[in-house]
Amino acid sequence: MSYFRDVGALARKDLLLELRARDTLPAMLLFVAATFVIFHFALPGTPSRLETTGLLWIAILFTALLGLGRAFVPEREQRTMDGLVLAPCDRSTIWLAKSLATLAFLAAAEAVALPLYALFFHSIDGTTVAAVVLADVGICGVGAFLGAMAVATRARDLLLPLLFLPLAMPIVVGAVGATVGPPVVSSPGRYLGFLALYDLLFAVICWASFEYVVAE
Amino acid sequence: MSSPSRAAGATIRGVGRTSRIPLPALAVSSLVLVSTALAFVFFVAPNDANQGFSQRIFYFHVSLAFTAYACFIGGAWKAFRHLTKRDPRADLESYVLIHQGLIFGTLVLLTGSIWAKISWGVWWTWSEDELVLFLVLYLFYCAYFMLRFSVDPGPQRENLSAVYALFGVVLIPVSFLAIRLAKEFLHPRVFTLHGPNFGGWILVTYCVAQAALLVLAYTLYRLELSGKRLDLRLRRLREVLV
Repeated sequence: MSYFRDVGALARKDLLLELRARDTLPAMLLFVAATFVIFHFALPGTPSRLETTGLLWIAILFTALLGLGRAFVPEREQRTMDGLVLAPCDRSTIWLAKSLATLAFLAAAEAVALPLYALFFHSIDGTTVAAVVLADVGICGVGAFLGAMAVATRARDLLLPLLFLPLAMPIVVGAVGATVGPPVVSSPGRYLGFLALYDLLFAVICWASFEYVVAE
Repeated sequence: MSSPSRAAGATIRGVGRTSRIPLPALAVSSLVLVSTALAFVFFVAPNDANQGFSQRIFYFHVSLAFTAYACFIGGAWKAFRHLTKRDPRADLESYVLIHQGLIFGTLVLLTGSIWAKISWGVWWTWSEDELVLFLVLYLFYCAYFMLRFSVDPGPQRENLSAVYALFGVVLIPVSFLAIRLAKEFLHPRVFTLHGPNFGGWILVTYCVAQAALLVLAYTLYRLELSGKRLDLRLRRLREVLV
């Protein structure tokens, strides 16, 4: 039980920091809205539902990257990473808490982005929301892990998209497949299942190997 | 002999390892095998009924892909050994294997592109699963190098590289599954490419080409490894002597 208490305490710290400084969330909101506007002008004619589905997922992925890039910045700027590593708790709690905090930011950004997408482009159904939830888990889990890796390098934030995008390809496939739906895709449930499998698989790997990322 | 240099001798011995097969023997056998494979591909294997002479690139394309996979999986295995057993040699071995994998992966993309041009008249096709998978893996392992050379040498670099290499070996099956799934909405028209009828001289030629490339990859791996180790020894000797 104390494991989850540690995770809760660490995640609360991140949310509290965000509430006070308001660094990440407004940037994510503004970014996703601006991206939609740019997409409108980037697509000649009236884009079909299929095309805007792709845009929605590009917007979500890049908005998440924006948030993930900031995730470990406070630890670096205030040199709190050593303190976290030395704290008498399992090191994987750092990863889990960071993932949960980023998930909260991403969910908040999407709570605005999805209605905005429905307003600007096409309506959204329940399967899309399910795909968004499952994809968010994968994006934040893997992204927070790679964020911790990237922050340990000289290149810092520059490296995160390079490390993350090849690993995000399966998420995009699952998410787009579920969102497109019939008649192009016969059973969207299969894609949701694939997303759940991805989440589970990478959550286990991240959880098991995070210790090596922060260990000196 | 003073004590610091004796201590250095102990560390230096930890870096190297006497291997069973000597490097010149490996080099000669890969030369013989690659020449035999070339002879088989050009003179023994029969012409393909559909694609004619140009189909012979298949023997190298597929063998290269298999060799690259073997390198990536070997690199992940060494990375796993580094993380679990703290094997002091494993980090360098993992890096060299992935480096070889990337070189062979480049050749896979090149031969695949040539094959696509001959078969479909385009330099790139998204309908070939293997090729698309290799492109994703290629980007992934390029990022591995960016990561590795963005951290100063030391335990942290070894750990980060090892963890990322392990991610790679999980990404291979997951991406493969994803690409198969994506066909449903990316290419509604299903392509069925009938592969060559595997048997007889085709199978023999393929096996020879595969063996040749695996031995070549192993030779290159050993060559690069011994060079890198020599480099490391020299640097440590310099540190001791200064």
